[in-house]
Amino acid sequence: MKNQIKEHPILQPKKEKKVKFTFDDQELEGFVGMAVSSALFLNDIKIFGRHYIDNSPQGIFCANGQCAQCTLIIDGIPKKSCMTPLEGGMTITSCEGVPTLPTSNQAVKVSDIKQQEIDVLIIGGGPAGLSAAKILGEKGVKVLLVDDKDRLGGKLVLQTHKFFGSSEDVYAGTRGIEIADILSESINSLDSVEIWLESTALAVYSDKLIGILRANQEYILIKTNHLLVATGAREKMLTFQGNTLPGVYGAGAFQTLVNRDLVKASNRIFIIGGGNVGLIAGYHAIQAGIEVVGLVEALPYCGGYKVHEDKLHRSGVPIYTSHTILSANGDEKVESVTIAELDKEWHPKTGTEKTYECDTVLIAVGLTPVDECFQKAKHYGLDVWTAGDAAEIAEASAAIFTGRIAGVKILESMGIDTGENIAELEEKATIMKSRPALPKDISVPEKEEGVFPIFHCYQEIPCDPCTTVCPHDQIKLNSGSIVAIPYFVGDHECTGCGKCVAVCPGLAITLVDYRKDKENPLVTLPIELGKKSVQKGDKVLVMSNTGDLGEYEVHRVRILKDYPRTELVSVHLPKDIAKYATGIRVQRIEVTEPMEIYHKPPLADEAIVCRCERVTAGQVRKWIKKGVTDINELKAITRAGMGACGGKTCTLLINRLFREEGIKDITPGTPRPLFVEVPLGIFAQTKEMKK
Amino acid sequence: MVHYDVIIIGAGSAGVPATREIAKSGLSVLCIDSKPSPGQGDNKHAIGGLRATHSQKSKIKVCLRSLEILSTWKEKHDENIDWVQGGYLFVAYREQEKKIFQETVAFQKKQGLDISWKEADEVKALVPGINEEDLLGGTYSPKDGNASSLLTNHVFYTSALEYGADFRFKEPVKDLIISRGEVQSVTTTKGTYSADFVINAAGAHAQYIANMAGLIVPVIPDMHEAGITEPVKRFFSPMIVDIRPKVNKAFGNSKNYYFYQNHLGQIIFCITPDPPMYGLSTEETSMFLPQVAQRMVNLLPRLTNLKVRRTWRGRYPSTPDASPIVGPVNGLEGYFNLVGLGGQGLMLGPGLGELTARFVNNKLTREDEEVLEEFSLYREFSKEELLK
Repeated sequence: MKNQIKEHPILQPKKEKKVKFTFDDQELEGFVGMAVSSALFLNDIKIFGRHYIDNSPQGIFCANGQCAQCTLIIDGIPKKSCMTPLEGGMTITSCEGVPTLPTSNQAVKVSDIKQQEIDVLIIGGGPAGLSAAKILGEKGVKVLLVDDKDRLGGKLVLQTHKFFGSSEDVYAGTRGIEIADILSESINSLDSVEIWLESTALAVYSDKLIGILRANQEYILIKTNHLLVATGAREKMLTFQGNTLPGVYGAGAFQTLVNRDLVKASNRIFIIGGGNVGLIAGYHAIQAGIEVVGLVEALPYCGGYKVHEDKLHRSGVPIYTSHTILSANGDEKVESVTIAELDKEWHPKTGTEKTYECDTVLIAVGLTPVDECFQKAKHYGLDVWTAGDAAEIAEASAAIFTGRIAGVKILESMGIDTGENIAELEEKATIMKSRPALPKDISVPEKEEGVFPIFHCYQEIPCDPCTTVCPHDQIKLNSGSIVAIPYFVGDHECTGCGKCVAVCPGLAITLVDYRKDKENPLVTLPIELGKKSVQKGDKVLVMSNTGDLGEYEVHRVRILKDYPRTELVSVHLPKDIAKYATGIRVQRIEVTEPMEIYHKPPLADEAIVCRCERVTAGQVRKWIKKGVTDINELKAITRAGMGACGGKTCTLLINRLFREEGIKDITPGTPRPLFVEVPLGIFAQTKEMKK
Repeated sequence: MVHYDVIIIGAGSAGVPATREIAKSGLSVLCIDSKPSPGQGDNKHAIGGLRATHSQKSKIKVCLRSLEILSTWKEKHDENIDWVQGGYLFVAYREQEKKIFQETVAFQKKQGLDISWKEADEVKALVPGINEEDLLGGTYSPKDGNASSLLTNHVFYTSALEYGADFRFKEPVKDLIISRGEVQSVTTTKGTYSADFVINAAGAHAQYIANMAGLIVPVIPDMHEAGITEPVKRFFSPMIVDIRPKVNKAFGNSKNYYFYQNHLGQIIFCITPDPPMYGLSTEETSMFLPQVAQRMVNLLPRLTNLKVRRTWRGRYPSTPDASPIVGPVNGLEGYFNLVGLGGQGLMLGPGLGELTARFVNNKLTREDEEVLEEFSLYREFSKEELLK
């Protein structure tokens, strides 16, 4: 268990039972119930097999049950390892080429599939689905909530950071993992809400029935009066050479390994994409003791919250804007990454290529709604609603609102009065969904006496926890809107209690205290790197948001009772820099230096577009140039989109290739059941399938 | 108005091979379809079975020719259509099926087909793990096989283009212009094109096009669903056909079902609902998987752990006797039916395409005339084919 995370600033180490299993005859250990894929990563095994078409090495990709790249032979049966919980004594082998079906001459007993009726079926137990279930359940409506994972919360369970949004409505200042618990508990107590975990929606049929695989073993057809699809989002992919090497995967997969399963999935990562997902994943990596070599963003600025960018920056992670990835390099797995600067036409500038050593390339280039279930249901005329990322990509705080709104609307359509003001809820949801504005130019206060907070918060984002904790109510927002920037009122003296410093989700508030030393005021900085990561007397490299300010000695470290995971580190700094200090650097500078080797620019045509069927950009482009505009025809000729994932990854990439060739009028592919692959025996309810 | 020697309505399993053969013969030909690209009607819904082992002479003849064309396509044209000569195996678990099969085999052998009755042990060797309980045996025809309907249509299409054929897509046919007892031209949503011959190869929509010519053809589409699994190492070769009926109260009764393992190792399967479901819908239903899964895992328990990847629904443009309707019609010059291929377009299309080309070139052989006689619109539709 070489890669076990035993200490983490936020998370508790695994308490599950340790069990033994074998992988290709090697005896290994893991924790019972963790995904088999995570158990292999725990033991530093990252190549899971070879593709039957071109023998290319395969590893995890989505870690979310959507693709089939992590398929392993588990006790003789080919299974998606990311969705298979580890059990003691499992015999696991790598999947070399096409798997062999286990022989069985035992006759099976089959039986008919059950059908069930329900008032409201909610698919997806993330922030949106849970919020809707809560409001519906409180009114006594019979709700069935299904989720494909083993716990509720959706992607909240991966989010170790404190959330933004409003404290009153969406638990701002609370960590995602805790919000997941709060929301789950709120529906667990509701009698009319039934919850099916490890239960996946497989199809919506023209006869208006919805096929659900319950608890990974029983197929049930559901008839529902109202359907709410809250299936969240999936990560977008990019086309570049080496994009299917083991070690190239989404930021969500990374957070699953690191934050859910406490596996140190990597030693050195490089991040592609400067949105919130990429920025946050980078910070999560730092917290897990993983080095972050750098981050590229194609735009001239990062699209994510500036506070997230600043956190990463002051940790010592270089952020290269107007840059792109050219290739992930390595024979069997990622060994390095080559990036280049982009010119104004978005073309890589020759001569700007740089190669960095890393073992993992995280793709965080945006999310796209998981909406195939919604589209099918709409097409077949069900009473269907959608909320959260499945409807529109936004923050979890927005999903809490849109889920609630969908719940209210369903109640109203049933003639049940809710007393809720939909217009007001929608207005709040719109604020939560708002894209961050460009940062403002705000100068630090001129005052050099007493003690007061400084808000290194320069961007209008929906967030207010700092305004709720000041014992003297001295922190206000610039206007009535929750997106406004906070300021210190100053009509009552600040006592330097540090609560605002500790609560800020962006770790963007510092305290500057001139009371004892006017020339070298004491500056308090928030850090979340684990208890005793910094101790009194340590020399630390103090950072501003733009660079380092020099090495200083830690004067004091304290932890407030209500914020046990955030350390308040105080250092005396010369008064000319005191107001600019925001954090301390944790990462060695050598990590971020490029390698001496030169990689020749790759051929754009060699990159894989359809990873399931190993179809390259060149193959697709050839047919586009020959005049193919119907995705169905392209699929027939090349097999792109015919693989296990059902076109979930390649569809957007293929559409992009059409755009690049100047073709706008294309016929989309025809979506068919199933949403994910399921064994045939499930549909016959065979005896052996039942546990 | 643009004039063609021949216009073919429908770019599917029948229309595209016919277009290619006619273009190859040197005539000018236009193929029109309402869909955005070739094979987007029911060609792409075909699961890929190819056999000559029918119970009717003309179908046997035509399919033998199709098999010859398709099984040699790769070596002649260096293009892949995923042809695999895996054979067909009709399994018998009851005396009544055994009787039908053995009678048919006698007839099929007379027609020169390579087919024989296999005892239970031989069937077990062909399909390791097959349910042995009550297994009586089956008929096996090793020369039959399977190919990708999608790729087959594609290679005929690209070849037709090379021979100079024109295709017009996204152009639904609105009318056939007839005067002096002769079809003059075809009007679509985008234009009118005149031709010496108009060939109705409209698959499930054959009746709709025939009506424009004032004709009635007994082609009624019935809907079938099919599915495909993940690939696994190939462990059996033939297309397995089980023609026993099955009663299922919850998910509907069914007649035959059939499945095979393609060149990649994916299993492709299909079932016939009983009673037939007539219509044009291609929308998936919840009954298909429970209905077919029960029968498949019962026959071959090893399939229990095989993951289903995708399902879809297609239409068989069926005739009352399960044989196609091919040929000219009385009292209307310049019109030709190439319809009612009954879900067997892939195996009938290439052979019929050549025959159609000979017809428009006035080069029918004696044998062709016999085939057209059997496929005539004016035959008695009373004798249903035994092994449709």
